[in-house]
Amino acid sequence: MHPIRKKRLTIVLFLLVGLGIAVALTTYALRQNINLFYDPSQISAGEAPVDVRIRAGGMVEEGSVVRDPDSLTIEFRVTDFNASVPVEYTGILPDLFAEGQGVVAMGRLNNNGRFVADQVLAKHDENYMPPEVADALEKAAKGQNKASENATTNTVSY
Amino acid sequence: MYPELGQLALILALLLAVLLSVVPLAGSLTGRDNLQAFARPLAAGMFVFVGLAFAILTNAFVTDDFSVAYVANNSNSMLPWYFKFSAVWGGHEGSLLLWILMLSGWTLAVAIFSRRLPSVMISQVLSVLGMVSVGFLLFIVVTSNPFDRLLPNVPADGADLNPLLQDVGLIIHPPMLYMGYVGFAVAFAFAIAALINGRLDAAWARWSRPWTTVAWAFLSLGIALGSWWAYYELGWGGWWFWDPVENASLLPWLSGTALMHSLAVTEKRGVFKSWTVLLAIVTFSLSLLGTFLVRSGVLTSVHAFASDPERGTFLLALLAVTIVASLTLYAVRAPVVHVRSRYGSLSREIFLLLNNVLLVSATLLVAVGTLYPLVLDFLEMGKLSIGEPFFNLTFSPLAVAAGLLMGAGIFSRWKKTDGGWLGRKLLWPLAVSLIASTAVMIGYDGFKPWAFVGVFTAMWVTVATFWDLWDKSSSRKGRIHGLKRQSRSYYGMVLGHLGLAITMAGVTVVSNYGIERDVRMVPGDVAMVGDYQFVFKDIGARNGANFTAQYGSFDVMLDGERIAELHPEKRQYSVGMSVMTEADIDAGLFRDIFVAIGERISDDAWAIRLQYKPLVRWLWLGAIFMAAGGFLAISDRRYRVRERAEEKVDTSAPVTDAGSTRSAGAVS
Repeated sequence: MHPIRKKRLTIVLFLLVGLGIAVALTTYALRQNINLFYDPSQISAGEAPVDVRIRAGGMVEEGSVVRDPDSLTIEFRVTDFNASVPVEYTGILPDLFAEGQGVVAMGRLNNNGRFVADQVLAKHDENYMPPEVADALEKAAKGQNKASENATTNTVSY
Repeated sequence: MYPELGQLALILALLLAVLLSVVPLAGSLTGRDNLQAFARPLAAGMFVFVGLAFAILTNAFVTDDFSVAYVANNSNSMLPWYFKFSAVWGGHEGSLLLWILMLSGWTLAVAIFSRRLPSVMISQVLSVLGMVSVGFLLFIVVTSNPFDRLLPNVPADGADLNPLLQDVGLIIHPPMLYMGYVGFAVAFAFAIAALINGRLDAAWARWSRPWTTVAWAFLSLGIALGSWWAYYELGWGGWWFWDPVENASLLPWLSGTALMHSLAVTEKRGVFKSWTVLLAIVTFSLSLLGTFLVRSGVLTSVHAFASDPERGTFLLALLAVTIVASLTLYAVRAPVVHVRSRYGSLSREIFLLLNNVLLVSATLLVAVGTLYPLVLDFLEMGKLSIGEPFFNLTFSPLAVAAGLLMGAGIFSRWKKTDGGWLGRKLLWPLAVSLIASTAVMIGYDGFKPWAFVGVFTAMWVTVATFWDLWDKSSSRKGRIHGLKRQSRSYYGMVLGHLGLAITMAGVTVVSNYGIERDVRMVPGDVAMVGDYQFVFKDIGARNGANFTAQYGSFDVMLDGERIAELHPEKRQYSVGMSVMTEADIDAGLFRDIFVAIGERISDDAWAIRLQYKPLVRWLWLGAIFMAAGGFLAISDRRYRVRERAEEKVDTSAPVTDAGSTRSAGAVS
């Protein structure tokens, strides 16, 4: 083969091999590490898979936070003003976690319909709401007229 | 009165930018010198007016002019003066203004330091930079005016700067990062100018090399500062979260690193030209993409200031126009050159090609992981996130491969390297780094496969770099003379590669051997983290300038001896009532000890995070090395000396730097 062609072929092969490895790794890793988002309505309707790592989000229900005085375990309910889901978490919560505030939790749903979180994210400043939470609230408000007033007033106040 | 002047200055800067993007370019295409002569004065004028606008906004902050909406939203009269200063870029409008200030600064720098460039070239480069400026000035004037007033209802006081941003990290992180982002605009402008006039040669590569390297050095520092800031200020001791915003800054860094290396090949050997141009376009596009991701509000992050969709749309349009226009130009004008110079399948060219393949693959991986959720969300196909494991799993092998390749590549020669010779060269570095990394494994209790791979790679790069330096500096006139004979750009490379090794070692060790414990503690409690004993002494109230705090006291003991006293805080800011965690860290070259206070569990019990972080400082130390390497490399005299003779440079001529001449002897 002509040396220049040969060289080009080498280069193309290198590129293809590199690309192939990248694509293989990406798809493999993607398959394992995608975390889908579910809102409280979907979870209580049984749409969310059990024992798969997912994200759930909504507002922390007023008066629902219960703390175990002897450990770092905390329980609260996350609501979209249509349905709510009990969440259990052990660890340190973000500074802006509070009742009536938006949160996104990462974790697994157990067989009893309880969400066991390994990570809890709160909004990071006073004026900001996680987009997933805003969407979930909006959806819930649209879905149920009764709750809509309640939800919109709450949404507006952030 | 002043704020209106500021707005006027921005509009004038916009007009000058429009002129800059049209007049010199037209002059260069029609060959009219009098039009080309406008390039430098216009660049200077643009800088002056943008600088004026920036100074006026700064003045509004320092004098607490809350009639300006942006000041009222991002400052407060109780804010210490230095935070009032840095609050200028604490929000969307101001950080955009900072971005534009940097852009016009770079443009001015190109105008000043390019006296030796042909007039046609410099006119086109400055015109392209002018076009970029038009885009961003239009953006700020139309959608994000920082000088909007709150009249007649002027608030009595401001809403305060987000407490997260009240930190020294914020004072320097954005300017550094923007210097990097915007600096790639220069590499981009050189590439576009070269495409316009069809002069893609070694001289073009040499002109754009130092600019690319400086931008890259600033970006490295900016990313490292961001990571450092996240580590101590976001409170919880993480230093990289694969957060889309971090990824947005990593993307141009990765492709910029590829660009730097491929420019070296283009300059020295006259090959990979089209590829280099494409990389320059891609790198700047990724900088723009980063700006879009961060500023449009599509992301949930610290950086996403509450924003309106109009801005996102504008930035997306700007991004689209840049990419489409430059790629079209590329498709039309990319050189169909027949490259004369030859290189073997085991040459430095090939090693650098592989480096590029790996870096571009890494760029793609990070881009996929970052953009995939956004695209799905946009198409309303569901909300999902891609977790850290994805990035760790895919990025680490590429980083290791790049490191292993680098160690071998350091010894390789341009054109052709003898395989057997290279193998023999690598034998000793291989043995030394195997032994050294085994020793490290023994030092940190326990062998972990991934830790070994990471530490070995870092050792391999380090040993190979020093081995090569030793080889090259041998001289009949003595070692010192040999060391002095090496060029600054060579030492720049040495520093850069060592920096990467240092960062790699830090990442590997802290991820594998770091210990983190969340515990419930009441004053008087003792907790163990590894060999360290943490004694929670007490916690009480303390008043700061614009906050009140719960102030904890901890003793850290090692082998019964007190080695540090730490005072983490839980602050409550009086304006906005927001709560902030201030961790306290006993920093050291070989380990950090970290304490942060979580929430109050009961009257006297607190959630406490205790951490032992070995080699965590090396992450950022490595970045400092890399940046220092970059700055050293551009001070090399050949950028000044050769410029005069560059018309005569023949790309296929043998390369004459010290290293390859010696090796040519060795090979033949």
